[in-house]
Amino acid sequence: MLTTKPFETYEAPAMAEPLFTPEEQKKFDAEIAEILSHYPADRKSAAMLPALRLLQELKGWLPPEGLKLVASRLGVTPERAYEVASFYVMYHLKKPGKYVVDVCTNLSCALWGAEKMLAYLEQKLGLKAGEANERFTLRETECLASCGTAPCLQINEDHHESLTKAKVDAIFDKLS
Amino acid sequence: MATTAFEPLISAAWGKPNSWKLDEYKKRGGYKGLEKALEMAPAQIIDEVKKSNLRGRGGAGFPTGLKWSFVPKDSPKPKYLAVNGDESEPGTFKDRYILEHDPHMMLEGIAIASYALGVHTCYVYLRGEFKFQAERTNAAIREAYAAGIFGKKVLGKDFQLDCYVVRGAGAYICGEETALLESLEGKKGWPRLKPPFPAVVGLFGCPTVVNNVETLASVPHVFTRGPGWYAGLGTDKSGGTRLVCLSGTVNRPGVYEVPLEATFNQLIFDDKYGRGLPAGRKVKAVIPGGSSAPILSPDELDVAMEFEAVKVKQTMAGSGGVIVMDDTTCMVRSLWRVARFYAEESCGQCTPCREGTPWQTRLLRKIEEGRGEPGDVEILSNVASSIAPYPPIGLGNTICALGDAAALPTHSFLMRFRDEFEAHIREHRCPFGDKPWGAFGDWS
Repeated sequence: MLTTKPFETYEAPAMAEPLFTPEEQKKFDAEIAEILSHYPADRKSAAMLPALRLLQELKGWLPPEGLKLVASRLGVTPERAYEVASFYVMYHLKKPGKYVVDVCTNLSCALWGAEKMLAYLEQKLGLKAGEANERFTLRETECLASCGTAPCLQINEDHHESLTKAKVDAIFDKLS
Repeated sequence: MATTAFEPLISAAWGKPNSWKLDEYKKRGGYKGLEKALEMAPAQIIDEVKKSNLRGRGGAGFPTGLKWSFVPKDSPKPKYLAVNGDESEPGTFKDRYILEHDPHMMLEGIAIASYALGVHTCYVYLRGEFKFQAERTNAAIREAYAAGIFGKKVLGKDFQLDCYVVRGAGAYICGEETALLESLEGKKGWPRLKPPFPAVVGLFGCPTVVNNVETLASVPHVFTRGPGWYAGLGTDKSGGTRLVCLSGTVNRPGVYEVPLEATFNQLIFDDKYGRGLPAGRKVKAVIPGGSSAPILSPDELDVAMEFEAVKVKQTMAGSGGVIVMDDTTCMVRSLWRVARFYAEESCGQCTPCREGTPWQTRLLRKIEEGRGEPGDVEILSNVASSIAPYPPIGLGNTICALGDAAALPTHSFLMRFRDEFEAHIREHRCPFGDKPWGAFGDWS
């Protein structure tokens, strides 16, 4: 027997807690208005990349309710927001570790030992590239435009270059 | 031949205190080029840029003035300028130095270009990873607004110009100009079929010019010093100076501003630049213009790093990313790493690229790990040819050039180092053992 409710009467399950705190909501509203002012009035959907970035800055990732909110503010469907979010590697559709560690292993970095540096980090963090725990997400990444200061890595969008073992240790010792 | 004595233009202030600030830029004569340009008619500005022989610095080397002249003058639609700062080609890291050390030079170029083209809105598209660079550019833009360079009246002239920074989110393909426009429109970066070209149908369906960061930073010099002087710095067909990015196994990697006549040998070995390879190492191969450019052998390095000269060698000066590989480097391992990049960054729109790039990667991994079989090299070559045959460059079977970029390294590595691929298969192992990179320094 068909138990599914007809579409019109479907109600989304109530969220355990609201997406934003009042302060976050205020920041989101103010900044999304600023972002939208950069585009023609009939091209709100162009603000998708900055809007998703704003959401991720506030929440640390892109929760489904957040994608829906962004979509509604930009006048597009949630599917469109998801399509864009899933295309770009810097958007997190799952909650990552507190620190996202991206290690470049592309050619110029590899020539300066990036694969060994990655192996050292795997051992140090107890994670394989592509794995995550609450504290760290460790990923192999593509060229970060630091080829002249290889090897390099990025922690939560902050670049670290010309890395030696001692430098790597010092950087990770400082993380809370 | 150059008729003007070389001097660094773009990198002149790099490393000096506060070089990124408006005050410092003005002390060096900044925004004087814009003042001169604003006294000219827009058509005259485009003519001056044509006369300067300035060619796009993003990779294709298209003449900038000619590109500007393609924008229809009678279109009722708004026009846009999109700055390509999605610097992602492996081996390329020059634009970030402009954004870090001298963003106003690019902003001045933006103002001149916008006035010449009748553009009132400019978007500076930076790759997502450029957080610091975006902050610095934004700070410079705020200074420019406060100083009346951007805003309702550009330097008091009745001409409005707004400029915004947009950050990407990690997609190499968005450096392709039509993918960049899609991304600016808030979509995934799928390149568009051309024609129509962006100059006619670009951002939001309106005429749009897409210029690289270095290209726009070069524009002010055409006006401060004159197009004849600027053209005289370069060769017959290519004016000005050029930033090249040197990386790989050299003693002093980095970004260097060079005359267009400078050769790869000079860049790698000269005391002013790379200072040669670490002791005991020899050059095995050089990537001349970003990882997609076909490689050169050690005996081919006496070529000028200029678009036309490099083209003669069936490769490209591209983005100026020069990567040196020494004789301890495994070519199979290197190509595998390069192939993985293009497989990862293929947008998935065209079948030859979507299916071909991972196929190349699987075959190269198989060969490098000692599981290669006789015939695998032929299959690899066929897969690459199905994405894009070679030579010549530019016959790819895909909408954009990423397909070519993925296939060209394979073709050129196989042309020059086929024996090494065969040896991997014959010996069922990598002849370089567990040291495929021969890395030196801290991680050796």
